Parts: sequence; C-alpha cells; structure tokens
Amino acid sequence: MKRWITTTDHKRIGLLYFWTAFCFFLVGGLEALLIRLQLAQPNGHLVSAETYNQLFTMHGTTMVFLALMPLSASFFNYIVPLQIGARDVAFPRLNAFSYWVFLLGGLLLNASWLVGPLFHAPHWNVAPNGGWFGYANLTERQFSPGPNIDFWLLGLQILGISSLAAGFNFIVTILNMRAPGMKMLRVPAFSWMTLVTQFLVITAFPVITVGLVFLMFDRFFGTHFYVATAGATPLLWQHLFWLFGHPEVYILILPAMGIVSEVLPTFARKPLFGYTVVVFSGVLIGFMGWGVWSHHMFAVGLGPIADSVFAGTTMLIAVPTGVKIFNWIATLWGGDIRGSSALHFAVGFIAMFIIGGLSGVTHASPPADLQQTDTYYVVAHIHYVLFGGTVLGLFAGIYYWWPKMTGRLLSEPLGKWHFWLTFLGMNLAFFPMHLIGLLGMPRRIYTYTPELGVSALNLVSTVGAFLIAVAILVFLVNVLRTRTHGRPAPNDPWGGATLEWSIPSPPPVYNFSVIPTVTSRLPRWKTERHEPMRDPPAVAPVPIHVPPGSWWPLIAALGLPVLALAPLTHTLWLAFLGAAILLVGIYRWAFEPFEV
Amino acid sequence: MTHAAATHHTSMGLDSRKMAFWAFIGSECLLFSSLISTYLVYKGRSVVGPSPHEILNIPFTSVSTFDLLMSSLMMVLALAAVQRGDMKWGKIWLFATALLGLVFLGGQVIEFTEFVHKGLTLQTNLFGCTFFVLTGTHGAHVTVGVLWLLTLWVRALQGKLGPGQALTVEITGLYWHFVDVVWIVIFTVVYLIQ
Repeated sequence: MKRWITTTDHKRIGLLYFWTAFCFFLVGGLEALLIRLQLAQPNGHLVSAETYNQLFTMHGTTMVFLALMPLSASFFNYIVPLQIGARDVAFPRLNAFSYWVFLLGGLLLNASWLVGPLFHAPHWNVAPNGGWFGYANLTERQFSPGPNIDFWLLGLQILGISSLAAGFNFIVTILNMRAPGMKMLRVPAFSWMTLVTQFLVITAFPVITVGLVFLMFDRFFGTHFYVATAGATPLLWQHLFWLFGHPEVYILILPAMGIVSEVLPTFARKPLFGYTVVVFSGVLIGFMGWGVWSHHMFAVGLGPIADSVFAGTTMLIAVPTGVKIFNWIATLWGGDIRGSSALHFAVGFIAMFIIGGLSGVTHASPPADLQQTDTYYVVAHIHYVLFGGTVLGLFAGIYYWWPKMTGRLLSEPLGKWHFWLTFLGMNLAFFPMHLIGLLGMPRRIYTYTPELGVSALNLVSTVGAFLIAVAILVFLVNVLRTRTHGRPAPNDPWGGATLEWSIPSPPPVYNFSVIPTVTSRLPRWKTERHEPMRDPPAVAPVPIHVPPGSWWPLIAALGLPVLALAPLTHTLWLAFLGAAILLVGIYRWAFEPFEV
Repeated sequence: MTHAAATHHTSMGLDSRKMAFWAFIGSECLLFSSLISTYLVYKGRSVVGPSPHEILNIPFTSVSTFDLLMSSLMMVLALAAVQRGDMKWGKIWLFATALLGLVFLGGQVIEFTEFVHKGLTLQTNLFGCTFFVLTGTHGAHVTVGVLWLLTLWVRALQGKLGPGQALTVEITGLYWHFVDVVWIVIFTVVYLIQ
C-alpha cells in the first residue's frame, strides 16, 4: 500500500491513472444512463429538471476531465517512457504530484453529489449544473446562488494544475530522455502525438484558468468580469472558454490518433504509411486547433467577417485530419492483417471518426450551424468524435498494451464481443441523435412532448446506451477473468516494432536492463536497410539504482483541495492551512535527499 | 547530490529542469496574455469612474519599475558570482535581488492602498476588476520569486549553495527576469498608454 502511495515509478502511476480514470468513466457512464432513462419516453419524470441539469453537466465534465484525458494520461505514463527507451519520466515526483492532484480534484468535484445538507440545500446533490462549458452569466452568483458552480470552478482549477504539471513533464521527457539514436523522426507516432497534446495542454490551460479565476472573483469577491450592467460582456467567458475548449478537443483526440497509428501497423505487419506526414499532420492540427474556436460561437452573432474566417479555418482543419485517415487506410491496404480485438477497435475508430468528422464539417458552415446549434445534432457529433473516436481509440490501446501493463493477455473472443456490442450500441445510441436534433429537439432540456415526434428515436437511443453499458460489463468480465485465467504475455505478443516490446511484460522497475541504441524508426523490425535490434538482456549486467518513493508530492497535492475548501465553506483559516500544507510539501520535496 | 540530474546526458543537450522551466514560462505567457487582453478589451468600458488617468501615478510607478529592473541586474550579478564560486558576493547579490523585489511589493501595497483611498476597489468598476487582478497576479508572482530568492540566500548562508548549484540559481534567474519582463509589458500597456 505504502509502495503505491509514495511511488514515483511511471508504470505504477500509469496504472493508478488508469484505474482512477476508469472508475470516473463508469460514474460518467452511469450519469449518461440516467439521462437516457429520463429521455426514453416523452414527459419523463425519473429525475427533476434540477437534477437533470446536474447530470448532464457532470456527465460532460467527468468524461472530458476525469475519464478521457486521464485515460490518455495513463498511456502517456506507462507507454511513452518505454517507447522512447527511458527508465522513467524526466521528473518522477512531479508525475506523482500530477496524479494525486487529479485524484483529489476529481473527488472534490464529485463530492458535490453528496454534501447538499452541509450547504443547507434541500437535496443531497449540489453538483455543478451550468453545463460543462459553464456559460457566463448563468454561472454568476445572481443566477446560480448555490455551491454548485463553486465546486465546478474550483475543481477545474485544481485539475488544470494536474494537467499543466504533467504537460511540462512529458514535453521534457519526450524531447530530452530519448534513447541514443532515437532522432525526433524515429519517435513512435503515439509519443509524437503525446508531445503535440502536451504543447496544447500547456498553452490552452492557462487561458481557461484565467477565465475561471475571473468567474471565481465575480462569485466570491464581487467583481464584474461577466456582468453586463457594469459594461462587461459575458462573451468574454465564451472566448476564453473556447480558446481553451477547441484545443481541448484535440487534446482528447490526438492521443487516440496516436494509439491507432501504433495498432494498425502492428496488426497489418506494415510500417505506418507516410509516418512523417502523419506526424506533421498532427503538429499542423495542433497549430490550427488554435484558430477555430469561434465556430462554437456562430450563434452569438460575431458578424459576417468573423463568421467567414472561422468557417474557413474550420473547413481547413479537416484537411490534416483527412490526410491522417487516408494514411491509416493505406497502412491497412495490402497488409497481412490479423483481426485482433485491438485492430477491431482501431478500424472502428477510423469508421466512426469519419462520421463524426463529416458531421463536424457541416457545423463549419454558419447558416447550417445556426440550425444545428443547441440541438441533439451537436450531441450526435461530439459523441461520434469523442466516443466513436477517443473511446474506441483508447480501447484499441487497452487491448494492445494490456499484456505489457499487466503481464496477461485479455481474452480475444470476449474482446470481440466487447467491440461488436460497443459498435452496435454506440450507433444505436448516437446515430438517431442526428435526426432527433434536425427534427428540432434541443439539448440540455430535461424532457420533451410526444408532439415533437421524436419519441421512438429517443427510445432507440436509450436502448443503444444500455447496449454500451452491457459492452462495458463484458470488458470488466474480461478483465476479471484475465486476472486469474489470462494467458501470460511474452515480451512481445503481437510482433510490435517499437521498444516497449523488447522488454518483459510487465517490465522490470528499471524498464531497460541496458538502454538500447536505436538505428531505425522500426527498431524491432527487419527492413531493407536494417536488421532488427537485439532485445536487452533479461538480467541487467550492472546493478541499476532505482529512486525510492516520496510522500511529498502527495502532501503538496493535499494542500490544493484544502485551499479550495476555504472559499467553498467561507472559512479563512482553511486558506492558510492549505497554503501551509502546500508550502511544506513543496519545501520538503525540494530538499528531499534524492539520489538519482 | 540533489542536483545530479544536471550532469545526466540529455537528448537535446539542454538540462531537463531548464527545459521544463522554459516550457513553464511559455505557459505563463498565455496566462498573462489572457489577463492583459482582458484589460485591453475592457479598457474604457467602465460605466462609472474613477478612470485610469484619475488614479494612476506614473512617477511613483516609474520608480518601482526602475527598482524591479535593477533587481534583474542584481540577479545577473548573483548568478555570475555563484558561477565563479564567489559565494560572498553571491550571497550579497541574492539578498539584494530579494530586497529590491520586496521594495517593489511594498510599492505595490502603497499604490493599492492609495487607489482604495481614491475610491478604486476591486468592485468599483471594470477598470478596478481588471487592474487589480492583473497587477495582483503579477504581484503574486513577485512574491513567489522573493520567497525563492530568500530560500537560496538562506541555503547560501548555510553553505549548501555553491557553484555546483549554479543551475538552480540560473533557473531562479529565468523566472525572475520573466516576471520582470511581464512587468515592463504591464507598465507600458496599463500605465504609459492610457
């Protein structure tokens, strides 16, 4: 237990990220099921309008910040150091700090479901209820007097610190900790996409932090950043939020694109088609992701020039994305394809992401977008890209790297059941939403009348959501079964080309007994010019010093939720206590005798 | 051996801590850009006074700006002294940097108090909101820098900071110069161009 709490090993932290994020994924999924049950029939009365607001807000917030981002982070942690031939990340204790801050921020956000009586609310649940985008001025104290939005803005600030710390860490790790000979254009595609993602994180998160700080000052200290009567404009929030929010979309999808770029070549026994183009498309997406934010704001009425510019940039950004899709298809073309579960999910990713991408391009046109804004059509789009894209991509990664991370192979037949149920379920759940939206059903409204004519479609969507839940159960059965009955994994169960397959599954604590020297982009494959590398010896020829764990990242992290409790409960001494804990944690951390 | 990492081989030939710090500074640029942009977007939109030209005291702030600029000079001297192993002057310059930082913070306290007496608080108008949050965030950064410099100074007094830790001093300097540069931008945008 202590070894896990004080760990600074990137592999353990990766597993901690994985299981924590997966639990949050289940919570977010449960919220989705409640939403779908409420909407299964017209005039539903399973939950109240107020609870419904909390459900959709927390579903979105949880899935984005507590499930998908940290699930990607679990692969950054576990896989990136192995792929680049490193013994750990650049700053192992900072890495532990990121994890603990993430966990505590997530718990703080979700505590809002249970603590209503402490805030003299009539219900248990005082969860955030302003949507995951938290538009001002709905979120001002005047219109949202309870603690709901406070939980949201404080929780997100804490989670931002976790992401930023991880961002600096992984940028330095990937740039600076590569094995000898691993030039930037020999770095595997997944690690490349991780690098681009982290640059987006460290540039996008400060912007939303400023937006949230303004909101916090408005709510607690009576400023007027989003108060129209004081001359301010609530649009400032929308700009700050979407300046962050659109890069965030790429923060969510680029890691999945990276995973797919690893899985497809392995199971087609072909190098990634146009590796360099795939890498630079990812970099280009990273840059262009900063120039499209106002397409979330066409309905605002920014004027024809702004609308035209952002319509243009939005259509343009589809180009590098399309390039990647053609590269993936070309990778499969003529390959020696083995239909593993991982490949099923990866190919499912391509197909579903194309649908999501196409409906996304339809939003790029302002006149069409005005018809779609705030309808279920947009909900359909984001679920095709974030579920059909990111979640399927992450599951491809889970099936691909599970043996490396746990030492056992997941069951392939159950994996395929998992895939087909997910595939069927998601299309049943999300495809009808296109029609529901075009027929005029608005999103974020807790019920609808039978006259709207969308009752049958909504029922289909609910059935689909439950099919996804069944698929997740199949996955959990697979995981449990694998713990006891799973086939032990050899070093390289798939015949992969990258360094992580050259070492035991799971890897020893020091990863590489000897740091490999890389001479090719596909070090473990035979190519025309290169013989495959020799795997590092099973026993390290010289003893390898492994740094001990540390308590201080956890202690420093504990200071943050205590600090956040101060405004939540209007208790000043908690602010001093939180600051003191943080300070002590940081000082002890900085001066810890730490032999590296 | 706390700083053994400094001697490790790195792919880019740049120390990892220094690279992380450059990334951090890049991130901070976005933070201050968002704050400064908000100040500019809301400039002249306050529906009640007081307005900047009634409040801002350019001569006073010019002095504290000069003070902060000089602290950067002290920082350069401190790093140079530590690098050549002259810890006597290293201590003096480190303390001088922190002291000038404290003088700047004292100036900010005096300035804020005067503004409140003149009727500009955080809640008065948009100018108050944007001015205090922007300069307050900068002041918080200076405070962190002063604490950091004093920590190094105490370590030097204890004899635990020597030429072997020059990189730590260099990174502190990077932070300090960055905070200084941000102030130059704020001073220009908020005080000089009204």
